[in-house]
This record gives sequence, structure tokens and C-alpha cells, in this order.
Amino acid sequence: MTTPLIEMRNISKTFGAVTALSKVSLRLEAGGVLGLIGDNAAGKSTLMKILAGALRADSGEILIDGKPATFAHPIAARDAGIEMIYQDFALVPELTVTQNIFLGREITRRIAGVKVLDRSAMNVRAKEMFAALGLRVPAVTLPVQALSGGQQQAVAIARATGFEARLVIMDEPTANLGAPAIERVRETITRLKKSGVAVIIISHRLEDIFAVGDRFMVMKQGQLVGEREVHDTDNADLVEMIVTGADPRKPLVAV
Amino acid sequence: MSDVNSTIRRKAKNPAFDMRMAAVFLVRYGMFIALALWMVAMALSSEHFLTSTNILNVARQAAPIIIIGVGMTFVMATAGIDLSVGSLVALISVLTAAWLVAGLPAYLVIGLVIVVGAMLGALNGFIITLGVPAFVVTLAALTSFRGVGFVYSDGRAVPISDPVFVFIGRGDIFGVNTPLIIATVVAVVGWFVLNRTRFGLYVLATGGREEAARVMGLAITRIKITVYAITGGLAALGGIVISARLSNGSPNAGMMLELDVIAATVLGGTSLFGGRATIAGTVVGALLINFVRNGLNLHGVNPYWVQVVTGIILVMAVLMNTVLNRKAEAWARANPDDEQEVSK
Repeated sequence: MTTPLIEMRNISKTFGAVTALSKVSLRLEAGGVLGLIGDNAAGKSTLMKILAGALRADSGEILIDGKPATFAHPIAARDAGIEMIYQDFALVPELTVTQNIFLGREITRRIAGVKVLDRSAMNVRAKEMFAALGLRVPAVTLPVQALSGGQQQAVAIARATGFEARLVIMDEPTANLGAPAIERVRETITRLKKSGVAVIIISHRLEDIFAVGDRFMVMKQGQLVGEREVHDTDNADLVEMIVTGADPRKPLVAV
Repeated sequence: MSDVNSTIRRKAKNPAFDMRMAAVFLVRYGMFIALALWMVAMALSSEHFLTSTNILNVARQAAPIIIIGVGMTFVMATAGIDLSVGSLVALISVLTAAWLVAGLPAYLVIGLVIVVGAMLGALNGFIITLGVPAFVVTLAALTSFRGVGFVYSDGRAVPISDPVFVFIGRGDIFGVNTPLIIATVVAVVGWFVLNRTRFGLYVLATGGREEAARVMGLAITRIKITVYAITGGLAALGGIVISARLSNGSPNAGMMLELDVIAATVLGGTSLFGGRATIAGTVVGALLINFVRNGLNLHGVNPYWVQVVTGIILVMAVLMNTVLNRKAEAWARANPDDEQEVSK
């Protein structure tokens, strides 16, 4: 069996008296597309924030290429090639498209020993990213607040995929989007998959994962309920797992 | 690759678009225009206004506001506020005079009080990052800093006669007074840090949307403490200039100065809600406030009315900064989709 790109083992996390995650494990190969589904408060976002370095697990371990990795910081996770597209895109409205894309990993040059932002280099690089992705924004020097929702999504996608990502996590990527934007998300996922990038999608919309995903992982109340291959399940089966929190094919839970 | 340029080209030849740009421009640079108009009006109505002596004098009065305003611009960029700067000026003024009397060399005193100012600012920032609103923390600091100043000095002003301080307060280099030169250096460095360095960008990101900045891995706590420390250090520098100018260290120095500094910053176009900040605007705001006062003084207007006018300017500035700005920008991007069509 090949070593998975990402493996999370027995991740647990509590917030005060609330147990958000209890011994959740996850594995994903390069180029795999995993749909993480479950009701509200199932722990999906918490699990993904731990993977993206925005939260720290109380216990459990994360392995990348079979080697243990701990992310004390979102920047550490991004350096390891783990990117996350947040549901609200996590863009700063007043900053320009370029500034948002490079936030936290700016290109700098030294002038008389002082580190200065290399704004033209970043603008050029940002334009290249959009061209390579086939995405459009009016100008990379416009503040993000001047863009439409779909354009803001393009910025978030460019930021997450433009830096040699190995895993892209998408939190509700198709919520509140029109049909063209949803199609763009699906295209992006397919393209990432082809180039060997793993994708995890948190979504309420099962049809997106049926369309472009490989595997479902169902969570409820901080626990893993069960897993299914996309070709081996249907809506009713998944909804039953989401609602009851139990896997009708019990043996699979032990994996 | 060849279509990169066309992809990002903006619609230029659209009258409606130009109108919207003009409205945004007017709201954003309204204060620059107001300053220019006021200068013209005063120049026409008073022969004393447009003289180099008068202008340099006004610039010298504005210098402490510019110096501290640069710090306030950083604080406001993070969506914070610092009400304690005027009181910090008083405390620094007292400490400066006392330490000079105690026989410490002038340059050591200058270094020490700037460190004290920065540390007190950092203390403000630290408490704010614990979750207490900046308004409350710095309001408490407003009363306590000046209180310490009164205790330390027993309420008495102490004369300052050290030659270094005489030069800072009353000297000049090639005819330009020292306070103005110090303010210019501070403003240029402040502009550079805000617009050309990572730190400045992170400050704006923190104020623009803190949660986004946090998930992108920016050290929010450290950034916030730093901006208050910068403001504290600059308030100390402003305190040095004011004390040197008045030739004494007094616990009454810098009374209500925080209002002038905040008014200058907001007038200049720095957003009270963070994320948008301009050092040049703050400089213009500080000059505008002082030129308005100067013009009213030259026309013999009752000084109490001048205070009223300052209050009115502050309210107008905030109105411009918040309500009008939001409306103009909302109008400007009322139809962002018509830009998408030209991307083909």
C-alpha cells in the first residue's frame, strides 16, 4: 500500500467542556478528492482548521508523506503545501487583489539593507497566476471590496492554488454562489486532481462531490461515522449516515 | 500569456464610471481641496496670512500633531484608537524637565523618555489585546498618565534651559524650524513603513478584517502591541518638542491634544474602522486644523469660538470619513459586473 499524502491519526480537540473532535482519522492520496460531509457542529471545519494550522489539536498526529508534521501556525501549513479556501474567502476588503494573494508570504527586496515590498514583482506574478488558471479579475491592483462575489472567489482560488499546493481544503466552496461560479469551482477541482493535488471539500451539497469527488467521509458530533467511495453509494445512503450517525455497513467503520 | 493585459484592462471610456470615480475622489481628497480653498480665502482676506513667517509658524504649531498623528494613523489602521497621547505628552514633559534638572545629559534624557513612552504605549496595547476595548484602556490611561505627571512634579512647571532642547524647540536648519524638520522626518519614515514594508501591510490587514489576517497567519497580538508602542514613542517625541518649545516641563502640557491628533488623522482620510490609512492625509489634516485656527486668529475671532470651530471640523471629518465615504464607495461599485464584460 502506498504512503498517503496526508494522514491524520486520532485527532481530538475540545473547546472548554465541548468535545469538538474525538479520535478522528483521515487519509488521502495525492490527486484524491475527498468530500467531508455531516450536519452542523459535526466537527468538519474544526478538523480542517487543524490541518490548515489555524487551530491546534489536543492529541493525535498529522503525517505528510508518512512523516510527522505539526503546524503551529497557518504559515507553516502553507509552507508544507496545505492551503485552505475559507467559506467567506478570508480576504481583506481594503487590500488589493495582489496584496491579498501574497498576504503572509510577500515578495521582498532589499534596499540599503531594508526589506521592502516588491510590489511590481507581486503584481506581475499575480497576473500570471490568473492567466494560468484562466480566471478573471478586472485588475490585480484593485481593492478586493471593489470586486463581485465571483471575482472574490477567483482571488481566493488563485491564492490557494498558485503556490505549488499539495492539498487544497475548500470550506463550503459552492455555498451562496451562482451556477457559473459553481462550475468554476468544479473545473478547479478537476484541474487540481489532474495535476496530482489532493482536495478536501467540506460541503452540504452532495451533488458537487458526486460530480467531481472520489470518496465521502461522514462525520457527526465530532466522530467519524463512515466512509464511502463515490461509485459505491447514493444520496439516501449518505443522508441516512448523516442523520443517524451510524454506518449501516458496520465493518467499514473499523478501518 | 498574451491575453494577460487584456484580462486585467479596466473600462476607461465610460462617462458613468468617470462620474463615480469623481465622486469617490471628491470624498477621499475633499480635505486636501478644503485646505487649498481655505488657504486661498485667507490669503485674499489677510495680508499677514501668506507670509513665510506665518506659514512656518503654523507648521511649527502643527509639528507635534503630525509627529503623534503618524502613530495614531497606525493605531487607527488596526481599527484602534489611542486617547492617552495628550496625557502621555504631559508625563513625558514632566519627566524630561525633572531628569534634566537631575543632571542627566540631554541626549540620554531624550532616549529614555522615548523608551518610557513606547513602553507605556506597549502596556496600553497589551491590555487591549487581552480583550478590553481600546477606547476604555486609553481613556483610563488618559487620566492616569497625567495623574502620575502631577504627582511626580507636585503640579509645578520646571524650566528647561538645556541648549539641545533650546535648539529642538526654537532652533532652525537653513531657516526651517527644528520641530517642522523632525515632523517631516517622522512623516516620511511613517509613510515608508506603512506603504512599503510588510509591517505596514499587516497593520492594514489586521484593521481591514482581523479574522482573515489571523487565518493567513499574521501575528495579530504582536502587531497591535507594536502600533500602540509606536504611538507611545512618538507621543514622547511630541512631548519633547512641545516641552522644548515652551521651555518648561509641565503636567498641564498637551491638554486635549488627543482630540487634535485624532481630528487630523480622521480629516486626512484614515478610516476609524481600520484597513485604510494615509500618512499624507494625516499631515494635511494637521496643517488644516492649524491653518483654520491661524486664519481665525488673524481675523480676531474670539478664541472660544475657535474651539467651537475645531469641534465642528472634527464632526464634519468623521461624517465625511464614515457615512459619505461609504455611500460614495457603494455607489462607485454599484455595478461591478460591467467590468467583467471587457475582460474578453
